[in-house]
Amino acid sequence: MGFKILKRRKTTARKGKSPDRGFLSFHNTSEVIRVESLLKENGWDVRVMGPPPELRTGCDLVIEFPLVEQLNILRLLEQNKITPLEAVPVDDPLLKPVELFKTKDFGQHLMVRAANMKLTIDKGTLAIVNISGGGCPDVPYLAESLVGKEIRQAPPPKELGHTLCGYALQLAYEELMRQCSC
Amino acid sequence: MLVLIGTVPDNDFPLVSGTAVLNGNSLWLEGHEISIKRGTPALIAAASMVCEALGIDAPFSFLAGDTGLGDGSRKLYEHLKAGIASLDAGVICFHYLQPDVDRHNRVLWALEEKGKLPVLIADAGYMYVAKMSGFAGTYDLFTPDIGELAFLADDAAPHPFYTRGFILHEEENVPGLIKRAFEGENAAKTLLIKGARDYICTKDGILATVDGPQVEALEPIGGTGDTLTGMVAALTYGGYPLAAAATMAARANRMAGDLAQPTPATQVAEIIRKIPRALKAVLDGTANGREQTCLADKYAHG
Repeated sequence: MGFKILKRRKTTARKGKSPDRGFLSFHNTSEVIRVESLLKENGWDVRVMGPPPELRTGCDLVIEFPLVEQLNILRLLEQNKITPLEAVPVDDPLLKPVELFKTKDFGQHLMVRAANMKLTIDKGTLAIVNISGGGCPDVPYLAESLVGKEIRQAPPPKELGHTLCGYALQLAYEELMRQCSC
Repeated sequence: MLVLIGTVPDNDFPLVSGTAVLNGNSLWLEGHEISIKRGTPALIAAASMVCEALGIDAPFSFLAGDTGLGDGSRKLYEHLKAGIASLDAGVICFHYLQPDVDRHNRVLWALEEKGKLPVLIADAGYMYVAKMSGFAGTYDLFTPDIGELAFLADDAAPHPFYTRGFILHEEENVPGLIKRAFEGENAAKTLLIKGARDYICTKDGILATVDGPQVEALEPIGGTGDTLTGMVAALTYGGYPLAAAATMAARANRMAGDLAQPTPATQVAEIIRKIPRALKAVLDGTANGREQTCLADKYAHG
């Protein structure tokens, strides 16, 4: 028993850190209560908490949620006509999604990268020819669903994806649509 | 045993484990046919080819269906927590799993309670969660691309989606990002960084770089990072020191890409077919102790 305790001390979890959790903030308490019920009904592990000092907007309660699944959760809220004020990481509520895009022109093909996700189209046909990067399990799913489709006809990644990788792909998609004036 | 763990993009796919059989563009595992497109199936295919070339046991794989909802990943985490310590694993490679810090930690603790850790490799979502957990240094190898290296270099970012702009602006300064990742204790013991130039490094510095053949079209092709990770895992299992395995895998991956004469529209299955030939060139070159330039000549005429 003592041996096991010693072993565990080797890799003790960071105290007070919640790196994979996020906060959702809302205008009022009734929205918080409604969202808590909605998310729990749909199987998410969420809880209502007081907001951190950096997040003193809206009401005095926030919902803690699994950060990686942000895209899926925001889609459910949108379907229920609920718009959070903010969705931010618990450990650093001031962090913002990436705003920097890298574009690479391969001649016939154009690639845009947002964070860890790359989306490439054929400039002539506007077909999505490849999706690369990323690490969440919706990336292979998004690639299977979108590669081969013309970008204007394809569903936006935010409609199919569930995670922050899916969200990053959505940003790359929007940037490509902007660059192609689609 | 070489153990490979990841997901396939199909919510109806059950949790299965065993030795996958490679057949054309498919893997077969416990009666399930899995198309090799990208992600963990591409990693398994590449690793299987290396094992065959080295004459060592084929990898043992754990797969579950997951399209990003996390259900399959959670099943895998629970299954691994309960049984991973009983496996006779020499190398474990974790791949496309939904990042979940608590479940990750429980799997790691299960491994630690057994005693000596196997060689631990993490890529994709599992690399993200390993960094998030604060236990990155427990891992032997991460295989980030440049964007993911920026994420490792950013102490605050919980996911590449939140990497801060001033760090992303440093992407041309790869050595600086490497230093930052190690100083923040957000790197594995060794990093294999995938890019126009591949870097193999530890906290002590850059051990090797690989930049030939230069195949620009590989960057947009989904799955080329997965094949690279699969190869380095199998070469490590085959007895090569990690840094040497990473260097050999980087060369072989580039050669396989070059042999496929890709465009940005090429799919990774076309490149996977070229791995045996590229790998043979690398293994022959390594056995003969020849320099990379000689190796490139041989492969070019092979």
